[in-house]
Amino acid sequence: MIEQLFTKAVLVGILSSGIRLATPYLYASMGETFSQRSGVLNLGVEGQMLLGAFAAFYISFTTGNLWLGMLAAIITGLLMGLAMAFISINLQAVQGISGIGFYLFGLGMSDLLFQKLLGTVETVSGFRPVYIPWLSDIPIIGEIFFNQNILVYGAYFLVFAAWFVLNKTTLGLKIKAVGESPQAADSLGVSVSKVRYFAVAFGGIMSGIAGASLSIALLNVFQQNMTSGLGFIAIALVYFGGWRPLAVMGGALLFSMVNSLQLWVQVLNIPIPSDFAVMMPYVLTILALIVSVQRVRPPSALTKPFERGH
Amino acid sequence: MERWLRSESVSKLVDVLLPIFAALAALAFGALMLIILGANPLEAFSALIDGAFGSTNALADTVVKATPLLLIGLGICISFRGNVINLGGEGQMIIGALMATALGLAFPDWPGILMIPMAMLAGFLGGAIWGGIPGALKAYFNASELLSTIMMNAIAVQLMNFLLSGPMIDPVQASKASKIPQTARLAKVFDLPRLVPTRLHLGAFIAVVLAFLVYILLWRTTLGYRIRAVGQNPRASRYAGIDVKKQIVLALFLSGAFAGLAGAIQVFGVNHRMITDGSATGFTGNAGFNGIVAALFGQLHPLGTIPAAFLFGALLVGANKLQRAVQVPSALITALNGLVVVFVVSSDIWRRRREQKRLIEATVEQKQEELLSSHTAEAEDKQ
Repeated sequence: MIEQLFTKAVLVGILSSGIRLATPYLYASMGETFSQRSGVLNLGVEGQMLLGAFAAFYISFTTGNLWLGMLAAIITGLLMGLAMAFISINLQAVQGISGIGFYLFGLGMSDLLFQKLLGTVETVSGFRPVYIPWLSDIPIIGEIFFNQNILVYGAYFLVFAAWFVLNKTTLGLKIKAVGESPQAADSLGVSVSKVRYFAVAFGGIMSGIAGASLSIALLNVFQQNMTSGLGFIAIALVYFGGWRPLAVMGGALLFSMVNSLQLWVQVLNIPIPSDFAVMMPYVLTILALIVSVQRVRPPSALTKPFERGH
Repeated sequence: MERWLRSESVSKLVDVLLPIFAALAALAFGALMLIILGANPLEAFSALIDGAFGSTNALADTVVKATPLLLIGLGICISFRGNVINLGGEGQMIIGALMATALGLAFPDWPGILMIPMAMLAGFLGGAIWGGIPGALKAYFNASELLSTIMMNAIAVQLMNFLLSGPMIDPVQASKASKIPQTARLAKVFDLPRLVPTRLHLGAFIAVVLAFLVYILLWRTTLGYRIRAVGQNPRASRYAGIDVKKQIVLALFLSGAFAGLAGAIQVFGVNHRMITDGSATGFTGNAGFNGIVAALFGQLHPLGTIPAAFLFGALLVGANKLQRAVQVPSALITALNGLVVVFVVSSDIWRRRREQKRLIEATVEQKQEELLSSHTAEAEDKQ
């Protein structure tokens, strides 16, 4: 039965859906990379994603316009990001715990709005695969990489943009400086709180889009707790990738390929207990956490609030 | 001196009141949400209070709901005091419940008086192992416990789904086509003693006794002192000769143990079998996270966690009545719990600021005294 996996159609399917499934991880983990590089651990990603997913779905469902849905997810994510920034930067709340507060808030709030405004599980016709002339026609390669919807392309573009901003621009330098040595950055005239506000708010927006990518591009439904831990995995991927966008993308791909394989194993009815298959990514994440921490050091000021004169 | 004493007691009072303000702020937000959703907040809150305290049965249900929150909250007090953030209560509760249930199913002939303590012990150990693993990973491999505990939750859920649909499935279900993933009902003699006709069971009593024991553990034993010392200042603790790594593992081990016990008590006191809907919340009712809310609200003090757990238990029980009375989903309570966490940790800044100020004032005072005494010494010298 296992040899069913090794036909061309199935292999292409596994790779193609692996590329696609990485999308929410990429958005959320790029946002989190920025946030953590600036020194703020945003553990509320899951809650921000859930609210973003609901906002995108609800607005798309009622207006029929997917881009308005995207806008709603962006605004929701921005607001949540600003709230997280205010609490971490101005009120200096313990970040590991306040994040759990945001998670519970997003979990409850999205569920409440879903039950009150929709009531039942509805579907939207989400973003469709975009045909790219010439590229989409290449056999196999085209089917795997260039038969995806716009949010998938956007996610990979984001990775390279994030890499560019962090490594080649002054803004990136400021973000890293603020996360490594806020005192030094401050003495050079960089506003630590402004840079952190920017990074955390950006992280919020990305979490919102990550949620939208689930509800109006990949699954095209909204359900209670539909992210089911995805946001937490995205945070783990940031550790796994050592706070570097390209390596984080590598982790996200590895993760989503395993997931995709697992889904296909279930689809093809291959007799491996599915519970263990579902468990694999989490075991992998823990192992990855252990391995990555031995390799790279987290930003020095991560989770440490900054105050002048200390 | 007198003024200082007075301001000291005022700050103590503010410390106690801060979480209450935080809760009131969350409730105000809840009222706003209710108005937006077209419900009358007064009607909603009175339904909630009635649902939680309105009758003997309601009150008993509140205590039953508060029991896992208190137990998990006690574990949270231990780990957070040790500066280890345990987000794995959900998974630890599940593993504890699985171990206890497995024991109960394996030895259906044991007398209750033997099985009940053994099952509690099994739950305690199951949770402890599930908490100890991320503890060891943090202590010896420097892996963030925030993430590893959450991953352990997901693994525990899958383990539960696997066991309940395979090795531990109810033989009756196994022979049916539906194959509902649940275990057989545990022998009646294993049920925790109950205050008939309510659902109040022995577990609530156990939890309250344990709260006092955890208080003694944290403030009256060397182990507790060490865990707290490592939490406050790991470097100084290391110089003082404390094995920091060991304390980190112990903090998560104990924290997990209490969650595991909560799982065992949930099965033996309430459900009497395990059943899964595929998610963690299906079994835990989010207790792993709500326990954190309760502990924070109780200021990470075991005795403060008792009323806090009771309060949040009441919210959860009352939420069902609220849902029926004003048609607002009980998910509102989850959102409000989240806000309570955010507000409580945010309001902590006032306490820290005041402590800082007190520290500076004390230093200044000390310097002045030193200066003064050196002056008098000089004057005496001149004489």
